[in-house]
Amino acid sequence: MSRNKQLRNLSLSGPYLFWIIGGTLIPLVMMLWYGLTADDGSFTLANVLAIGEPGHAKALGQALLYSAISTVICFLLAFPLAVILRKSKMGVKGFILFVFILPMWMNFLLRTMAWQVLLEKGGVINGVLTWMGLPRMRLINTPGAIIMGMVYDFLPFMIMPLYNVMSKIENSVIEAAKDLGASDWQVLYKVLLPLSVPGIVSGVTMVFVPALTTFVISNMLGGGKIFLIGNVIEHEFTVGDNWHLGAGLSLVMMVFILISMAFIAKFDKNGEGNLI
Amino acid sequence: MKKTLNRIYLVLIIIFLYAPILTLMVLSFNNGRSMGKWTGFSLHWYAEMFEDENIMDALRNTLIIALIASVVSTIIGTAATVAIQRMKPRTRNILLGANNIPLLNADIVTGISLMLMFVAFGITLSMGTVILAHITFCIPYVILSVLPRAREIGSNSYEAALDLGATPMYAFFKVTLPELKPGIISGFLLAFTMSVDDFIVTHFTRGAGVNTLSTMIYGSVKIGIRPTIYALSTIVFLTVLVLLIVANVIPARAEKRRKEKDA
Repeated sequence: MSRNKQLRNLSLSGPYLFWIIGGTLIPLVMMLWYGLTADDGSFTLANVLAIGEPGHAKALGQALLYSAISTVICFLLAFPLAVILRKSKMGVKGFILFVFILPMWMNFLLRTMAWQVLLEKGGVINGVLTWMGLPRMRLINTPGAIIMGMVYDFLPFMIMPLYNVMSKIENSVIEAAKDLGASDWQVLYKVLLPLSVPGIVSGVTMVFVPALTTFVISNMLGGGKIFLIGNVIEHEFTVGDNWHLGAGLSLVMMVFILISMAFIAKFDKNGEGNLI
Repeated sequence: MKKTLNRIYLVLIIIFLYAPILTLMVLSFNNGRSMGKWTGFSLHWYAEMFEDENIMDALRNTLIIALIASVVSTIIGTAATVAIQRMKPRTRNILLGANNIPLLNADIVTGISLMLMFVAFGITLSMGTVILAHITFCIPYVILSVLPRAREIGSNSYEAALDLGATPMYAFFKVTLPELKPGIISGFLLAFTMSVDDFIVTHFTRGAGVNTLSTMIYGSVKIGIRPTIYALSTIVFLTVLVLLIVANVIPARAEKRRKEKDA
């Protein structure tokens, strides 16, 4: 490559390099620095080890549990959907996919608020129950409400990658399996499922990571009574004002994000399950 | 039988996805304030919404931030994609790997780490810091949208233009950019929507008193939702619907026209 060409490439990619360094790398280093120092700037592991305190450990445990449950529910809802959509005709396909992805573009806060309106004590569902002469139910501020919100908010993130990998599976592969005597169930279990692994891994990560780290859903649907790890961290940065502790706990949370990223790198090498 | 079951399943999922949104839309026409009781049709929440200073201010901020962030990130991202395509495979893989970090990272980490950096460098949090933060997470989406198109067209016509005597600058603007146009447009639209939709990164990087629609809604949920927010959500939903239809129909039409021309 000539010097001239190299210069031109540098000037084209220069602003991007600046942004990667200034917008991604330096901030992450700052997080690491805050997490591993005390107020006076001395090195300490106390902020990271603080995850062992009962309140923090419980918040992390609950976050892991709720996000795992909602990831499983999202998968169980989205997998059959992707199988059905795979078979639909080309013209209809674009439209159907559009229908399932559209809610994703609606403001995230509004979608979560909608569930608050539905589940509230004087909300829509209880309104309907009263109108039918049935007793009211306690729906909001429960773990169930939070899981419901997670499933609702992140379901499209599971549908997209699953549909993307499945629509690429050739019909001939399935016909071959059937010609060789596979039943519908075997086709699903032995052909479609293994071939969609890249999409499953992407989908699981794209639901699990935002669900694990959320503080919005737990705040709006948990009534500020159920604390997830995201709530603890957000609290330290806004109200609690102990940024070192917040950063230390974020580092612990990032371990789980890194594990998810490693899974994607291993199973989805070609980016087949990408969102776009 | 199996087909009917499939249809029922599709319909159930559609109901699950749209019932909450439709509920908000219905409630926006409700005369009273109650969430659980219908007290007659009215448009007065819409009138109140347009007069609400907080909502209009937040709407203005949201659009200004999204417009600046998406334009800047589209320019930076497109230039970077062209450059990345011409790099050696190793450098290319490192840069694309770095591009994935903000995409896969949790928003709360992105938001907090950016805030820590702004504070450490003595930059006061304001609307400006929100715009800088939005550009950061929008660039990867632009690159992901332009890259497939850039791979598809390769560098043959660009090099042909150079062979025919075009300067690199001229070839870039007259050959490369027009060829990349569909990717650039979808990248811009994606960046714009991501910016409008963002709450978490904005929450941590905004200055006092700066509200976008998302932060305004979050704040209002704490003090009690007013039906003006329902009116707002109806308008947001319809806008998104129209934009998505336009964004999907225009490229499909252009494709059809191109095919007809070729035939």
